[in-house]
Amino acid sequence: MRAIGIILAGGNSNRMRELSNKRAIAAMPMAGSYRSIDFALSNMTNSHIQRVAVFTQYNSRSLNEHLSSSKWWDFGRKQGGLFVFTPTITHTNSYWYKGTADALYQNLNFLKESHEPYVVIASGDGIYKLDYNKVLEYHIEKGADITVVCKDLAEDPSELDRFGVIKTNEDGRITEFEEKPLVADSTIASIGVYVVRRRQLIELLENCAKEERTDFVKDILIRHKGVKKIYAYQMDSYWSNISDVDAYYRTNMDFLKKDIRDYFFKQYPDVYSKIDDLPPAKYNRGAYVKNSLISSGCIINGAVENSVLFKEVFVGTNSTIKNSIVLNDVYIGDNVHIENCIVESRDTIRANSTHIGQNGKIEILIEKNSRYIV
Amino acid sequence: MIKKEMIAMLLAGGQGSRLGVLTSKVAKPAVSFGGKYKIIDFPLSNCINAGIDTVGVLTQYRPLRLNQHIGIGVPWDLDRNIGGVTVLPPYEKSTSSEWYTGTANAIYQNIEYMQYYNPDYVLILSGDHIYKMDYEVMLDYHKSKHADVTIATFNVSEEEASRFGVVLSDEDGTVTEFEEKPEHPRSTKASMGIYIFSWNVLKEALEILSDQPECDFGKHIIPYIHEQGNKVVAYEYKGYWKDVGTLLSYWEANMELIDIIPEFNLYEEFWKIYTKNDVLPPQYIADTTKVEGCIIGEGSEIYGEIYNSVLGADVTVEEGAVIRDSIIMNGTVIGKNCQINKAIISEYVNVGEGVVLGAFDEAENDKAPNIYAGGLVTIGEHSVIPKGVQIGKNTAIFGETVAADYENGVLPSGGSLIKVGEES
Repeated sequence: MRAIGIILAGGNSNRMRELSNKRAIAAMPMAGSYRSIDFALSNMTNSHIQRVAVFTQYNSRSLNEHLSSSKWWDFGRKQGGLFVFTPTITHTNSYWYKGTADALYQNLNFLKESHEPYVVIASGDGIYKLDYNKVLEYHIEKGADITVVCKDLAEDPSELDRFGVIKTNEDGRITEFEEKPLVADSTIASIGVYVVRRRQLIELLENCAKEERTDFVKDILIRHKGVKKIYAYQMDSYWSNISDVDAYYRTNMDFLKKDIRDYFFKQYPDVYSKIDDLPPAKYNRGAYVKNSLISSGCIINGAVENSVLFKEVFVGTNSTIKNSIVLNDVYIGDNVHIENCIVESRDTIRANSTHIGQNGKIEILIEKNSRYIV
Repeated sequence: MIKKEMIAMLLAGGQGSRLGVLTSKVAKPAVSFGGKYKIIDFPLSNCINAGIDTVGVLTQYRPLRLNQHIGIGVPWDLDRNIGGVTVLPPYEKSTSSEWYTGTANAIYQNIEYMQYYNPDYVLILSGDHIYKMDYEVMLDYHKSKHADVTIATFNVSEEEASRFGVVLSDEDGTVTEFEEKPEHPRSTKASMGIYIFSWNVLKEALEILSDQPECDFGKHIIPYIHEQGNKVVAYEYKGYWKDVGTLLSYWEANMELIDIIPEFNLYEEFWKIYTKNDVLPPQYIADTTKVEGCIIGEGSEIYGEIYNSVLGADVTVEEGAVIRDSIIMNGTVIGKNCQINKAIISEYVNVGEGVVLGAFDEAENDKAPNIYAGGLVTIGEHSVIPKGVQIGKNTAIFGETVAADYENGVLPSGGSLIKVGEES
């Protein structure tokens, strides 16, 4: 293979509110049966990248558990493999990762000891399918130093202030790059996926570290855009980023649309995830389910409408779940009403309770009641 | 040095011909069960849950699907450096080549495999029952009784007993007599086809009886060991155990899973059943549906109504279709406005729009009345049913059928339409 892969999964965002108390964004459950990082990992394996490093830092327990075996993404190989790098104290460094470039620099040996000529860098919070080989071919064809994968967000420009916004010349070379601008004068956003030659990256990172710079976007991309040939590769298929609660809710709800479901679930290539060995979903008498995604291990006795239920959710008799997302292993008692909520995983919701997110705002429901009454 | 206290030998070579078109192209252990499982998942999961990490799977009849399913044993954690799962097909020898001619003959032909692991005990299993059983408890029993052979038994009704091999035992559990499918059974202790042998006793008996034609455990090996004065004991198993040898019992066992708290509960944390997951995504239930009293596998897309049924993974049920009391296996598509009653539909079947299954009054099946009974409609894998046809009860369909195959658009009750496979 011509490239190694790096997935930056260390980040936290307080825009995820209480959901990030428990896990890094890359470990956020997604689309019923997956976690966010599965999409980047599956893209890597489907692009025949065999050697992949995941950089973690923030609250990585949940993520480490998910990555405890590499076989689900077919990385359990003699050639290559899946590596998880957390910050470590060395004789020259005793800091956490101070930024994305610093995270790469602290693991420079991984880059130096690989022999593949290119590096694909991706983030763990993007929901998309992409053959990185196509980006790599474009990169080589353009003779670029760095290629940034971009997506035109003209259809929904309201979120541009969360992304890096770029402008290119006719050839596709990036001429302007603004990080999270309040007012953007372009609708092309960087999706945080980069292709760069390995030796080039090592050189950039070493120079960066000498000047004590730490951020890949600010200190490498933006700073070098006049000096290095930085190109934009535009993707036009589905892409969503789950950096805040609304985006997380919306992205999950997107999977209720047939075209999106078909694109991710039925069309080649597949998305892979850790297997949980759960029985099929069960609908008892009295179940009433409309326009919802139900995952394996669920037992439904009540009503579920316009919702996404993750694995092993129990819905009690006469309960109603509406316009909500219920994460893994939640027990919902009888006569419960839940509307416009994201129910945190492993919750136990008491019988006869009502939880409604008011004024169109999504409520995050965290209830740690004891499940078994002895 | 390689040493395993107990290894398992799983007999998975039989056709299971009483399952009709379901086993025309696959061995019975590879038949789907309970939405996402295959029958062989139950003994394989029991093995790993009981701590047995060395399993030889003996295949013969139509092994492709079994081989693909088992692979190197990853789903059951049976991918091991030493031991793990090994598929053992019949093989050619320099002087004589033969198929597996009987259960014990199949084991005899793999004596080298067993010898390699240097076992103290060998567990013999068959791949066609639905149950959860801790073989380690049975082994403890075997040791505590200082037995040479332990036979697992299950208490059945007197009428049923004549279908099984039954054992007569004294108060201590020591077996005194055997009866193979007796007309007037003197005991209701049916043999489950699960045996633990002390290795040296088994090896000796297999070698001495190696010239016995169609050498069988129930008919030859165990009676021989008993005659030699070795100790044969019965181990009574009291949990759930279901023989799914006929279409009706197979259908019933699936339907039992739908109960509010089924006797055989797959939803317990303890003693999980593992299987190869080809499909991961959640299932989608549309707003045109009603699903009640059913279990549905991963990735299925449901637009029609489903009552009291078991659906596999990646099944599509289109709008207006109504399914009742049926089993539908992986990858099957049910067209718009179909009405399906009490049907068993195998993998990757395409049922056209407006088809009615299970219509008309019951009539005896014309070809195999003892197989296609109980009012069931049975459809083999990769079959195609053209749109608008009506199909009666006790029927069997296999192959890509077209409208011309149905006189006046009807297959009457008791009819068979077999267009592929060895029966055509």
